[in-house]
Amino acid sequence: MSPTLPGIPLAPLAGAVPAWRAAVDARQWRSGCEAAARSGGRLAALWAGDERDAAGGFSVRALLVTFEGLVCLELALPEQDPTYPDLSDVFACAARMQRAAFDLVGVRAVTPSGSAPDARGWLRHGAWREEVHPLRRDVSLTADLAAGDAAYDFVQVAGDGVHEVPVGPVHAGIIEPGHFRFSIVGEQVLRLEQRLGYKHKGIEKRFESMTLEEGARLAGRVSGDSTVAYAWAYAMALESITGSAPGRRAQFLRALLLERERIANHLGDLGALGNDGGLAFGLSQFSRLKEDLLRANARVFGHRYLMDRVVPGGVACDVDAAAAHALLEEGDLLEAELRSLRAIYYDHSGLQDRCITCGRLTPRTAALLGVVGLAARASGHAMDARAYPGFAPYGELPPVVASHRNGDVAARIVVRFEEAFESLRLQRLILERLPEGELRTALGAAADGAFGIGWVEGWRGEVFVALHAGAGGRVRRCHPHDPSWQNWPALEHAVIGNIVPDFPLINKSFNLSYAGADL
Amino acid sequence: MHKILLKIAQVGLKTETAPRTDEALRVGAARLNEDVLRLLGRALAIRHVDAGSCNGCELEIHALNNPYYNLEGLGIKFVASPRHADLLLVTGPVSRNMEEALRRTYEAVPEPKLVVAAGDCGCDGGIFGENYASRGRVANVIPVDVAVPGCPPPPAAIMQAIVTAVTVATTAKR
Repeated sequence: MSPTLPGIPLAPLAGAVPAWRAAVDARQWRSGCEAAARSGGRLAALWAGDERDAAGGFSVRALLVTFEGLVCLELALPEQDPTYPDLSDVFACAARMQRAAFDLVGVRAVTPSGSAPDARGWLRHGAWREEVHPLRRDVSLTADLAAGDAAYDFVQVAGDGVHEVPVGPVHAGIIEPGHFRFSIVGEQVLRLEQRLGYKHKGIEKRFESMTLEEGARLAGRVSGDSTVAYAWAYAMALESITGSAPGRRAQFLRALLLERERIANHLGDLGALGNDGGLAFGLSQFSRLKEDLLRANARVFGHRYLMDRVVPGGVACDVDAAAAHALLEEGDLLEAELRSLRAIYYDHSGLQDRCITCGRLTPRTAALLGVVGLAARASGHAMDARAYPGFAPYGELPPVVASHRNGDVAARIVVRFEEAFESLRLQRLILERLPEGELRTALGAAADGAFGIGWVEGWRGEVFVALHAGAGGRVRRCHPHDPSWQNWPALEHAVIGNIVPDFPLINKSFNLSYAGADL
Repeated sequence: MHKILLKIAQVGLKTETAPRTDEALRVGAARLNEDVLRLLGRALAIRHVDAGSCNGCELEIHALNNPYYNLEGLGIKFVASPRHADLLLVTGPVSRNMEEALRRTYEAVPEPKLVVAAGDCGCDGGIFGENYASRGRVANVIPVDVAVPGCPPPPAAIMQAIVTAVTVATTAKR
């Protein structure tokens, strides 16, 4: 069943997930988004492109998630005055994506009054001048761009006793870089403003120097902790473009890799959450279990974090009977350990006192911000792309979606425990039902200008890859989209009213990716 | 509380002592311990700086502190400020947006100081390379003593790199 956006004809896109595309004008760009929002849809991603060498001018695309599937709205922009209607009043999460699109391509979102909703740079710090847009085709990948103005206006909070605490970009632990500006009174946080983009390293431009096949390796390094999700989403997009489908065995093995990535990350975060909550015992125990899992990954799949195991057309690994048996045994042991550790976490009054009511993201705020993934599930929104709309092989392995309504740190801990157990259950099903078949299917040819989308529920949330093929099997444009785009602003809200020392705990309970959204 | 104690007793010691590690690592760990004792009084302090990684290397640096590798058991610990550090452990190709922060962090570390670049990106720019937004390898921005390849390098390799850095420093001083 196709989604309905009044007055906008949709063309289906072939592939593993239900998706449609539509060329729209500026009026339909707004009305389509408004109609989608009214019927429960959300904005998955927004990105721009330079089309001056092809159709002319520039382009901006909005990828919407509706109950029927994905809809990609495509708006062509004239070369002179490339502006388009602002979406940030319809989808709050559009704001940072629109700023990034301006920095990289020079297309500007404008409100009905003609002004930009937020004209500050996002990915552009001082590394290039404001009038330069590195993702335009007349700027080379290795251009030595002159430095520009690095000034940035944070929102000032005024009042008696208010002061600012700037943190980062280099943080006090083993963490990715980003800047947090706290406005506080005493210990209480009045406002947090994030400034990200420190890790911007030209990934989208780098894609355009690669063949479609080579791009898979780069996709697996957009956010290293989600390498399986990204590699799968990229493969899904490329398989859509080439009209290929991996065999059932390859699909089952992809799901096995994805579930093991989920377990590994949840183990790491559950340990870190215990540590940040004052229970160092938790870090020792969970990091030990995670190491066991990583070592099993290295033995069976040849890489601790499973990088480059999902490849376009299938997988680059296999599981024989002995390995399957070992993984099943390891899974049973891990499940027993997790049960005992969960009992300890849930019984520990000190830890519970730190986590319950701390860093609360209400179901309403989560919906308004378009929050996704485990953070959404812990705030009452049981969305999970594995279950709905589902993608192969999850139709044969329907996951039970974990959810909670409290939206606090404790709720996000509960969801992580439940998802780890569910992934262990799925691993068992996959290994018991592993079908015979090809590991890797040859891809068909990619037509110049073809477009495909991948959509995978990674451990943090949904990962998208939008891929445009160019001539000669090369990447014309690739936009990988991390769930952290949607969830970073939620952290700003979750921390309001909490005390500064609880920030590390709240931050870790979301554990968002800097690399994934800085690109 | 009894559950916690019971779990600790059941799990026992996981730290891999010399007989259970591979030869290269065993030698490395032992040498490190001696050198650290001699040079730094068993208190090597590391400040980690992510200068633009994909965050894969960070996962392995975290693993250094798990009970198997137990880096802190060797007297090596991660510190919150570069001013408390003897060694900078830097990951990633250096993004231009992190270039200044990395330089300032390096300047804030007191002499004598060491730098270990971790991962393919830190060694040579990796898959990202040098581009309009990336300076590439760490050595393009600050002096590097030891670079350890890998995508990401496993914890044992990172430990060895830290050992090597300390050893080089000892030799140079003699």
